[in-house]
Amino acid sequence: MAIPANNTAPLFGEGASSTLRLVVYLVIAIALMIADRRGDWLEHLRAAASIVAEPIWRLAAAPSELARDARVALADRHALSEQNAELSRQLLLAQTRLRRVEAVQEQNQRLQELLSVQKTLGLSVQLARVIDVDFGPYKRQTIMLDLGSDNGAKVGQPVIDARGLVGQIVEVRPHSCTVLLISDKSHAVPVRIERTGMRTIARGNGTLDTLELPNIPTSADVKPGDKLLTSGLGGRFPADFPVGVIRSVGNDATGMFAAAKATPDAALDRSAEVLVLHELANPVGPPAPAENVGPPVSLKGSDEPAPPAQPTSPPATQPDPTNQGEP
Amino acid sequence: MRIRGLNWLFWGGIAATFVFQLAPLPAVLLAFKPYWLALVLIYWMIEVPERVPLGLCFVLGLVADVLGGEVLGEQALRLCILCFIVLRFRSRLRFFPMWQQTLAVFALLLNDRVVYLMVHAIAGDPPPPPDFWLAPVAGMLAWPWLFLLFDDLRARLRAGDA
Repeated sequence: MAIPANNTAPLFGEGASSTLRLVVYLVIAIALMIADRRGDWLEHLRAAASIVAEPIWRLAAAPSELARDARVALADRHALSEQNAELSRQLLLAQTRLRRVEAVQEQNQRLQELLSVQKTLGLSVQLARVIDVDFGPYKRQTIMLDLGSDNGAKVGQPVIDARGLVGQIVEVRPHSCTVLLISDKSHAVPVRIERTGMRTIARGNGTLDTLELPNIPTSADVKPGDKLLTSGLGGRFPADFPVGVIRSVGNDATGMFAAAKATPDAALDRSAEVLVLHELANPVGPPAPAENVGPPVSLKGSDEPAPPAQPTSPPATQPDPTNQGEP
Repeated sequence: MRIRGLNWLFWGGIAATFVFQLAPLPAVLLAFKPYWLALVLIYWMIEVPERVPLGLCFVLGLVADVLGGEVLGEQALRLCILCFIVLRFRSRLRFFPMWQQTLAVFALLLNDRVVYLMVHAIAGDPPPPPDFWLAPVAGMLAWPWLFLLFDDLRARLRAGDA
């Protein structure tokens, strides 16, 4: 018995019209992708859509937070007492370090006064919690913080954690913001090497544990273990924040330059809380000249009620009787 | 009444895939995250194709792109291709035994990964890490369970309304 030919048709769907529809949708999708990559106008659309999407992100993050809370609630006594011992040991260490830092800060204060440095590094920071992390293979390396424009977050603010530089804010929504990590492929930080003072650029390469320093002159003195600090050039990041430690130095592909790899100091994949710097410490350009140059007032004999000494006279610890007699 | 219950199952399932897709996982498990949205759509396309026209796949892909923060249109493109293939071979997929169906789903997901790779290769991105190819395997392993779950839920809805 031969099967009629038209019985095979349903096996292959509707045929030409559905193919046409597919082609139309594919063309639209490709056009959208090109527009999104090249142009800026989709940014507004995306920003508007992400406000709607925010509750869904929070909902998606909820199970992991719940799991974390459950872990704390169900931790057994042994683990807790162990943790307690460990924490009190760490507290002791931290307090000792704090005392040392206080002493250093005091000394620093005195030295700065002696040098008549007007501005100290007055940084105002704000604590922020990481609410979402997503490092897919083709995604930008970003984290999301619970700080938004309502809390005063602005695009461009540097973000640090207890160990070093984390990244900078690239997108702000009313109640959250997105931080581009220093390890992202599109991110670069001006740095200097602490030991030698050499300035260079540290770029992310898309992996959380590596920064790349391309184009170092082969004659430069760079060794594994050298510390990288922000140089403050460019005005985006304040100077002297730790960025990373050089892990290896080798030649680059052309052989003309050395290229180094560094490990970031910040716990990019582990931080739960980070600090957002509120102002840039260093404005762009050279610092303003100091106003009152000269020895401190305390050395001029401040307990004397008489008019101040002549500018040409040398500073004296005791009031000069000859100067007082003259009208 | 029955239609309403099915509607709930349909949209609820899709909403759940969006949340699953975004849920943060430990780094070890991240590579094993199946493409939930595609799996659920494949199920509905096989069972009730008139519910999932090509246009819906496109729109859901756009929504997923916005939620995932990826290039707009990428998932829309991938889902359209997937949807087209499934709708075309639906009558065969439907009567496959489970193991054959599972292999077919694996092939679909693998093809989806290739499309994904092509889109990014054309955009000039570097090749992905090897664990990029684990997600279709995870999707294949998840398929029978997802299929049984949805079939069961649908049967219950039908029984409850009858």
